[in-house]
Amino acid sequence: MKLIVSIVLTALLSLAACLYLPWWIIAVVAFLVAAFIPQKPGKSFLSGFVALFLLWGVLAWFLSSNNNHVLAHKLSVVILQKNSAVLLVAVTALIGGLVAGFAALAGSYVRKKG
Amino acid sequence: MRILPLIISTAITAGLVVSLNTKLLLPAPLGKLLSPQHGIWQNAESRNADFNADLQFPQLKGKVEVYLDDRLVPHVFAENESDVFFAQGFLHAKFRLWQMELQTHAAAGRLTEIVGNLALKHDREFRRLGMVFAAEASLKEMEADPLTKLSCDAYTAGVNAYIATLTESNLPVEYKLLGYQPEKWTNLKSALFLKNMSENLAGGEDDFEMTNARSFFTKEDFAKLYPLRQDSLDPIIPKGTVYNSPSIALTIPADADSLYFNNKEITVTREEKPDKSNGSNNWAVSGAKTKSGAPILCNDPHLGLSLPSLWFEMQLSTPTYNVYGATFPGAPGVIIGYNDNVAWGVTNGGRDVRDYYEIKFKDDSRKEYWFDSAWKKTEFRVEAFNVKDSATYYDTVAYTVFGPVMYDKSFSGGRASNGRYFAVRWKAHDHSNELKAFLQLDQAKNYDDYLSAVSNMKTPGQNFAFASKTGDIAIRTQGSWPAKWKGQGDFIMPGTDSRYMWQGMIPFDETPFQYNPERNFVSSANQDPADSTYPYYLGRGYPIFRGIIINRNLQAMNNITPQDMMALQTNNYNVFAEMVMPLFLNNIPSIGLNETESKYLNLLKSWDFNNSPDSKAATVFSLLWSNFDKAVFDDEFKNAPDVILHPFESNLLQGILHDSAYKYLDNIETQQTETLADDATQAFKNSLADIKKLESQGRLEWSKFKSTHINHLFGLKLKPFNRVNIPVGGGTHSINATKSDHGPSWRMIVSLTPQSEAYGVYPGGQSGNPGSRFYDNFIDKWAAGEYYPLWMMTKGEEKDKRVKWKMSFTK
Repeated sequence: MKLIVSIVLTALLSLAACLYLPWWIIAVVAFLVAAFIPQKPGKSFLSGFVALFLLWGVLAWFLSSNNNHVLAHKLSVVILQKNSAVLLVAVTALIGGLVAGFAALAGSYVRKKG
Repeated sequence: MRILPLIISTAITAGLVVSLNTKLLLPAPLGKLLSPQHGIWQNAESRNADFNADLQFPQLKGKVEVYLDDRLVPHVFAENESDVFFAQGFLHAKFRLWQMELQTHAAAGRLTEIVGNLALKHDREFRRLGMVFAAEASLKEMEADPLTKLSCDAYTAGVNAYIATLTESNLPVEYKLLGYQPEKWTNLKSALFLKNMSENLAGGEDDFEMTNARSFFTKEDFAKLYPLRQDSLDPIIPKGTVYNSPSIALTIPADADSLYFNNKEITVTREEKPDKSNGSNNWAVSGAKTKSGAPILCNDPHLGLSLPSLWFEMQLSTPTYNVYGATFPGAPGVIIGYNDNVAWGVTNGGRDVRDYYEIKFKDDSRKEYWFDSAWKKTEFRVEAFNVKDSATYYDTVAYTVFGPVMYDKSFSGGRASNGRYFAVRWKAHDHSNELKAFLQLDQAKNYDDYLSAVSNMKTPGQNFAFASKTGDIAIRTQGSWPAKWKGQGDFIMPGTDSRYMWQGMIPFDETPFQYNPERNFVSSANQDPADSTYPYYLGRGYPIFRGIIINRNLQAMNNITPQDMMALQTNNYNVFAEMVMPLFLNNIPSIGLNETESKYLNLLKSWDFNNSPDSKAATVFSLLWSNFDKAVFDDEFKNAPDVILHPFESNLLQGILHDSAYKYLDNIETQQTETLADDATQAFKNSLADIKKLESQGRLEWSKFKSTHINHLFGLKLKPFNRVNIPVGGGTHSINATKSDHGPSWRMIVSLTPQSEAYGVYPGGQSGNPGSRFYDNFIDKWAAGEYYPLWMMTKGEEKDKRVKWKMSFTK
């Protein structure tokens, strides 16, 4: 249950915070959620990772599909040297996931007794 | 709390964030770029994007309503004269901000701020040419005139109102990718933009190349290789026109022969030069030649093709006028278009208005130079370049009575210039207000208004074609042109006294023009403005072939419809080939050829001279001609300096057409005397390897060989933003002058019937966003030679099904 709550909360708070703040606020959000909802470090990492992997993956995919992937095809070549809209979405999701995952991992150690 | 793991995992997170937010480790700040709410995904414009908006700006005086049609063309309705330009500035910025800023940065020699040292040579070249100096001079005039002041102020306010709405997420994608922010727009930037067009259109000269050619060849050879007039010339203002004697009496310096015409010094400076092929077509036919009985005006300016396009289509309406046409993102007004009364179009005048003078400084300090038998003080302008990722670079440029000393010991345009000093005298440095010409045309009601409008056009001089609903047609080879003595400015001139300076400008009244001529049409295609009876020196090097074919067609056409004009504007006929081919076919023996040779010779024999996209003969001809040129001239030019003018195609054609023993046909490196037959045959044989190779690669068709592409302004780095392999025919000498990266940048046809029937297309799209479906959606239509009907929307048509979105601007 905690896992689901953490994932949903991290995703929703990140979505809201990113409306006004720079992208890296997702790290702060994931850190705080993990600090306030204690879980094992592994699970915290997982909740941060999954939250942002899904959030960024879904957002990017949604924006890109509405665009018929026109820009993704062009920019995947510029950024990844490979023409693949899916891959660009996947890299986006992975970046969000990794940053939030590690931030959540750090957050989990705030509460956890040694 | 577990301190160690906390520190480690926080450090990892921080490391990730920093490396994804900067370029320290990665080539790009990937986190920032890919964040769906901040980065590039925000530029992936939805196919259902909603452009409706209600906007409030205290800068406005009244209400502005903007209707965007299905092609994203804004139809702007303003209640007063200044708000219309505010909205135009806002819309230009909304759809084209990045390009506007990049082009003005390029004009101002500020690209180093974006790309670093890579652009230093370009930037120094432009500053040393005095681009900013010239734009500042223009700005003074623009701000002294009520009409241009009002429009520029409102336009700038509109651009800045848009910039103020920008956040990290809705920044144009190029800023995100290149990692910088837009700065505020200023009136100076509009002046710079227009000055950039001057550089593009009136920056051409071959002074160094000609100087070297003069020095390398004998006087007789020079005259033969670079003849002054071409006798198949069909000038803009027809032969036989009577000109009054000139009002300016010119004095050729007494020592011109020794110091100038027969000076044998070689200079070697190579500079960044505008594309030679910047040209265009325009024509207007009177009602006597049209089906409807109303005049038709056509224009297609040929420029370097780029994405986002140089042009942006718009309608501007105020209570006093309605105008529709192609606008420059970067400047207020409509540049080429039509209103409720008249239509106009331009082609480049192409006369030489940029000359060089050799300066003698007293010493290396450049503080004083010898002029009119005295040491004259130099003025210095210190140019600072804020080079990205590098220290500020300072360049001190000396200014003389002629203009800036562009080339000196510290700057040779990339090549040694023997440590000599060359000042540039460029007409675009003079105070002028070209914008006024266009703003007045936008509102012109008749021929007199047209005359008054174009009188403001100084540089770049343009051939203005005109037609009105009252039935008038006209053309003026308009500009402020230096009155030169014969040969003045062809070569580098001595800069030690005033006798070699320009002695005056040709008065407005002595501009070659035509008004309702008997032949019922006017036209221009960058050819010589007038024949040799025109009393002022016009220089050389005008392209002649498009003019010939346009006039031949217009002469023959009657009962003309706009559709006929579409066919004419997109005509691929190669009149140059028509003139050359009989000479080739009569001189390349068809006996004794092997199978492949016969095959390609037969291909040429059956060619209809159309550079159609699938024509293999057009490619064969093109290769054959370039090999022929080599066979003729390679021997003479073998030991020539690198920087030298190559004879124009028309010069070589004239040579072989009229002189069966054209001197240069002989290869001076052999014992025997070669003839036209020898050179043509050799060229044919030399072409075969390339022809066979192309055929085997499946690239012998003209459009594949020519490979027309339209690159993004940063296309070298952002390749996927380019459009490549566009299937289109035409070429240099065809009316459809589409080359590999250059061609008709806006095609417009206006029939001046009471309701105006107009068509147009440009190779691009209204949006500058590579992630928009409006980025390049006109290109296929343009390539196919098709047009969009242009819609001059009127009040009451707000509910028309072509209206897709509405933007309201209120106070």
